[in-house]
Amino acid sequence: MASSHGAPPVFNNKVIAWIDHRLPIFSYIEKEYHTFPTPRNFNYFWNFGAIATVMLVLMIATGVVLATNYQPNAELAFASVERIMRDVPSGWLIRYLHMNGASFFFIAVYIHIFRGLYYGSYKAPRELLWMLGVVILLLMMATAFMGYVLPWGQMSFWGATVITNLFSAIPVVGDSIVTWLWGGFAVDNPTLNRFFALHYLLPFIIVAVVALHVVALHVHGSNNPLGIDPKGPQDTVPFHPYYTMKDGFGVVCFLIVYAAFVFFMPNSLGDVANYIPANPMVTPNEIVPEWYFLPFYAILRAIPDKLGGVLCMFGAIAVLFVLPWLDTSRVRSCSFRPIYKWFVLLLVADVIVLGICGAHPPEGWYVPAARLATVYYFFHFLILLPVLGKIERPLPLPSSIAEAVLKKKAG
Amino acid sequence: MSIKLSTQRLILAGAAALALSVVGTVATAAEDMPALPQHDWSFKGPFGTYDRAAAQRGFQVYKEVCSACHSLDLLYYRNLTELGLTEDQVKAIAADVQVPDINDDGQPIERPGRPSDHFKKPFPNEAAAAAANGGKAPPDLSVIVKAREGGPNYVYGILTGYVPYDKLTPEQIKEFNVSKDDNFNLYFLGHRIAMPQPLDDNKVTYVDGTKATLPQEASDVVTFLAWASEPHLEARNRTGVRVILFLLVMAGLMYATKRAIWADKH
Repeated sequence: MASSHGAPPVFNNKVIAWIDHRLPIFSYIEKEYHTFPTPRNFNYFWNFGAIATVMLVLMIATGVVLATNYQPNAELAFASVERIMRDVPSGWLIRYLHMNGASFFFIAVYIHIFRGLYYGSYKAPRELLWMLGVVILLLMMATAFMGYVLPWGQMSFWGATVITNLFSAIPVVGDSIVTWLWGGFAVDNPTLNRFFALHYLLPFIIVAVVALHVVALHVHGSNNPLGIDPKGPQDTVPFHPYYTMKDGFGVVCFLIVYAAFVFFMPNSLGDVANYIPANPMVTPNEIVPEWYFLPFYAILRAIPDKLGGVLCMFGAIAVLFVLPWLDTSRVRSCSFRPIYKWFVLLLVADVIVLGICGAHPPEGWYVPAARLATVYYFFHFLILLPVLGKIERPLPLPSSIAEAVLKKKAG
Repeated sequence: MSIKLSTQRLILAGAAALALSVVGTVATAAEDMPALPQHDWSFKGPFGTYDRAAAQRGFQVYKEVCSACHSLDLLYYRNLTELGLTEDQVKAIAADVQVPDINDDGQPIERPGRPSDHFKKPFPNEAAAAAANGGKAPPDLSVIVKAREGGPNYVYGILTGYVPYDKLTPEQIKEFNVSKDDNFNLYFLGHRIAMPQPLDDNKVTYVDGTKATLPQEASDVVTFLAWASEPHLEARNRTGVRVILFLLVMAGLMYATKRAIWADKH
């Protein structure tokens, strides 16, 4: 196999050449993952797309194995998960990989989103790429929520009850929608059944949207830390081996942290109450969602009105859809936005504050803190971003990626 | 290069910090509760293993005391071989109990237990368990160590945290509304616990001759219950050490390769 930039690849292997002539998958791989010109200046934040992809594949692989041993029945679900943990060979490994994998998938995706926010990856011409990413986030949230219900522990049951009940805030049809979601008049066996079916279905839809995300990415190529477009071959390197190798290294580093949790503290990210079988007659002292939902849970509870809370919670994600049009600055990367740079970091702090508020009962200082943080969250996107883009004076942009890289090397 | 390295550290540190801060925040603050006793468990840490002798003694405590009210439903008698009991010992333990079954004629019978049987429940069903225990069934202990904040230290705290009525201060009696018939436990939320003090000095006579003090019995039965909750912990720790060593070596090799590939681009 030999190829140079731009020229169609020539395959020496006859079988590959035969197949490729009829179905050009090898040409596709060659073009999109080998010679694909990629900015030469990525930092390690650019690893998290690859890391998230690895986590998605890992979740599906472990999930399929778990599904072959799991019983989606309210009477049997809890014990079947424990049977996987005890009697299925290496079942404990598969289950802990899956359970902690959800958390680490979210860690990877949240860092990936932060990367996009900081370096302006959502700006033209990558708006659809960004929006597809938000769709993936929404699908992930739905999948994770339904997956958490499956072990049918106390938090599964009561989490499902609280979250599905949110829909009852919708005027007029709310209660009917909740009954329809439950498949009855309470969270029960039909709810568990459908959540299992959907939990198995949605990841494959995520795969499809990820494919669209990648197609959209490969139209204009990746953004980069400078936020300026590559101007020629001196600004780029072929994807392989430069970024396959760098992504591979990043993936392994990420897996080390993940493995530390899976093997040495597999239950530290979950709630102990989910090892108590679901009991509709006993409400836990506190109903807390998984950590990756806590900021949104805090927004929900910060609003003293149920419908308002639900709208704000979904609004917190919806606002991301229109982010490309809220940001009026023509400069992508925060490296050249002296003021906005600090506000992005403030937003991160704000989301962490929301997460801490979401983990605690809404009393004392947590109430005003959650409200203030909620106000800032929306202020950031709806007011600060449009205004700041107009008044901020960005730093001068380098004339090319190569120039900036070489200057850094010299200095 | 140094900038890249520091970015990478930042990411890893950030991920770890995020994960850890979450662990910290999820743990609910127990108001007005004394800190749990911190015991040095044999199964703690990445190299932890279950102290077999302690776990076997703990099984004796469970069998002679706890099993009168608490089921251990997710376990089979055969699992006991993992604690170092021989198959004959396990057969004898199982045969000691009568389990309900159905004979070849379809008639309900009781037969001696077999290693493949689940641990026998003390009550035929949840309603019977509740009726015999003041309206609330005693919880199953199969995963109890994983199902409580504080884990083994919490269970140990409960078992050793009873304070007799006459040792309580008047403030405690008033604040928690304790009467002479109540059981007061330092580590139970609200302090008034339905379970009377289950363990005490010399509650059991250990077959291995160990002196049966209350702390000894409590730490033994917690070791047994920790094993019951997480029977594959030792395999998990062993595998984990190997996996992490492998990944560290692999990361080193990949970093070296990556540097070599990028050598002409920086």
